[in-house]
Amino acid sequence: MTTQQPAVLKNLDEVRAMIRRHKLNDYIFSIIGLIALMVGLLTLLTLFVDLVMDGYPRFNQEFLSNFPSRRAGSAGLLTAWVGSLLVMTVTFVTAVPLGVAAGVYLEEYAPKNWFTDLIEINVSNLAGVPSIIYGLLALGLFVYILDLGQSILTAGLTLALLILPVVIVTTRESIRAIPVSIREGAYAVGATKWQVVSDHILHYSFGGILTGIIIGMARALGETAPVITIGALTFIAFLPPAPVMAEPPFLNFEWLQSGFTVLPIQMFNWLSRPDHAFHTNAAATGAIIIIVTLLMNGTAIWLRYRIRKNIKW
Amino acid sequence: MSMATEVLNNPLELRISDRLAKNFRRHFKERVIEFILMMAALSAVATTVGIVAILLYESAGFFAHVSIVDFLTDTQWTPLFEDAHYGILPLVMGTLVTSGIALMVAVPLGTIAAIYLSEFASHRVREICKPILELLVGVPTVVFGYFALLFVTPMLQKIFPELPGFNMLGPGIVMGIMIIPYISSMAEDAMRAVPMSMREGSYAMGATRFQTAVRVVAPAATSGIIAAYILGISRAVGETMVVAIAAGQQPTMTINPMEGAATITAYIVQVAMGDLPHGSIGYQSIFAAGLVLAFMTLFFNLLGHLARKKYREAY
Repeated sequence: MTTQQPAVLKNLDEVRAMIRRHKLNDYIFSIIGLIALMVGLLTLLTLFVDLVMDGYPRFNQEFLSNFPSRRAGSAGLLTAWVGSLLVMTVTFVTAVPLGVAAGVYLEEYAPKNWFTDLIEINVSNLAGVPSIIYGLLALGLFVYILDLGQSILTAGLTLALLILPVVIVTTRESIRAIPVSIREGAYAVGATKWQVVSDHILHYSFGGILTGIIIGMARALGETAPVITIGALTFIAFLPPAPVMAEPPFLNFEWLQSGFTVLPIQMFNWLSRPDHAFHTNAAATGAIIIIVTLLMNGTAIWLRYRIRKNIKW
Repeated sequence: MSMATEVLNNPLELRISDRLAKNFRRHFKERVIEFILMMAALSAVATTVGIVAILLYESAGFFAHVSIVDFLTDTQWTPLFEDAHYGILPLVMGTLVTSGIALMVAVPLGTIAAIYLSEFASHRVREICKPILELLVGVPTVVFGYFALLFVTPMLQKIFPELPGFNMLGPGIVMGIMIIPYISSMAEDAMRAVPMSMREGSYAMGATRFQTAVRVVAPAATSGIIAAYILGISRAVGETMVVAIAAGQQPTMTINPMEGAATITAYIVQVAMGDLPHGSIGYQSIFAAGLVLAFMTLFFNLLGHLARKKYREAY
């Protein structure tokens, strides 16, 4: 309004304009940031909806109870999910004791020297090795040198090696979170190291270790490449021998040597066929895999969140 | 147990030698347990040794037939054909092109998401978004392969009508989305490790959030951010199922993302699906390819380690 504004005021207006501009930049960036985050979320959602819609015609009981077939409409997942279950059993039985024991050793027993450093470097390096390399290791070592064949045992051991770093790292993290005072209290009343570990350390770190095991098993369920590499068959029209029998000795371990297929391999097999009817089967399989893995991972995340919230030392 | 009851019945008979014997047993048991636990920890070392030994052993058989010069310079990879060529370059090229596309998607999106989560997002937004990103990590790669082949590629074909069904663009983009969570969570960790006092200093000078994030926090966290990128590269290079499903399995020497090609990992899957006799040159070739892949990921992992060390700032 005034024809001659004082210099200071004019500057002040400029400063205000600059602040407005910068605030606007802030605002714009926060929107861009949200969009970038949404890409991940939306992908997950689209992926899920796409699979469920494509696979919808196969969501019935026959799909789970039928053997694979040359006709897409009557092909089922029976051998695949039984195979996955058995392979995961072997993986669980191997990876959990080995991984927890290694984690406990590194955290509670290991002296600080070059030897311990070597083991630690190895564990962190193994976490970065591509899964298909584990498949090559298994092909050379388990299948041919140890002569275990292309069996459930081989696949289970391979996946166990693959998830070992996950189990070791989470075991160590949850043990590290336990305060020294707990250990000191136990030692003070005369407990040995193993008594401290088995009665206190494992007890308090159980929840954390469990999250690691669940995440590892979810990964083992979805892994395809290493299991293909050891030569899992893709067309299997028989079930492995039952692990439990009606008459003594009740347990039967022949299934360990049986040929097998697993869910992701069955999906890959159907996906690589030119016939589009099989793609529907692949989508339905994918939907099942993704639901199970999301449930497992979701449980693990929820568990970790609860532990973090509840435990106050 | 029996000794305990004995002692209870006859407390006077508890002799020094009994107590020492018990002590010895106790110590012996402790030693045995420690030894077993150490063996378990050594399984990690054994795995590494096993991987290196198997890869080198089988590759040695391969290189007895094929000269290393041919392997590294020939531009055709046709080990299973009559006219066999053993040049790894087309496979390396396919790997690098798909990984490159993945990085072009994941680096900007991952970095922006990390800056947003670390500097802008409210506590609640962070609590909701981080678990979702973690869930994305847990999705099996074979499912992403389906997504690339039957969702992303058809969508891209609407934009580029001449795009073939098998191409490197679609799987590259999907792989990029797949590794966003790896990059964003590592980069966010690095940025949150920057001390609060540096942000406060910046705000005190009148800087906005955006200025603080880009000019103060991000430079201070450079080492961690670069390490996150390199981890992302390493993931993309080793990724198998997405490219095996959606990129076609034809080794082609091309940098055109619109064409199909085979990566190192896709080749290994392709051969393993067939039934090659143990000890044949085709069988050995997947170990040679695996050796190259292992070297590439080792290189990137070492680089990431060095980056983290070199740029680490002491606060």
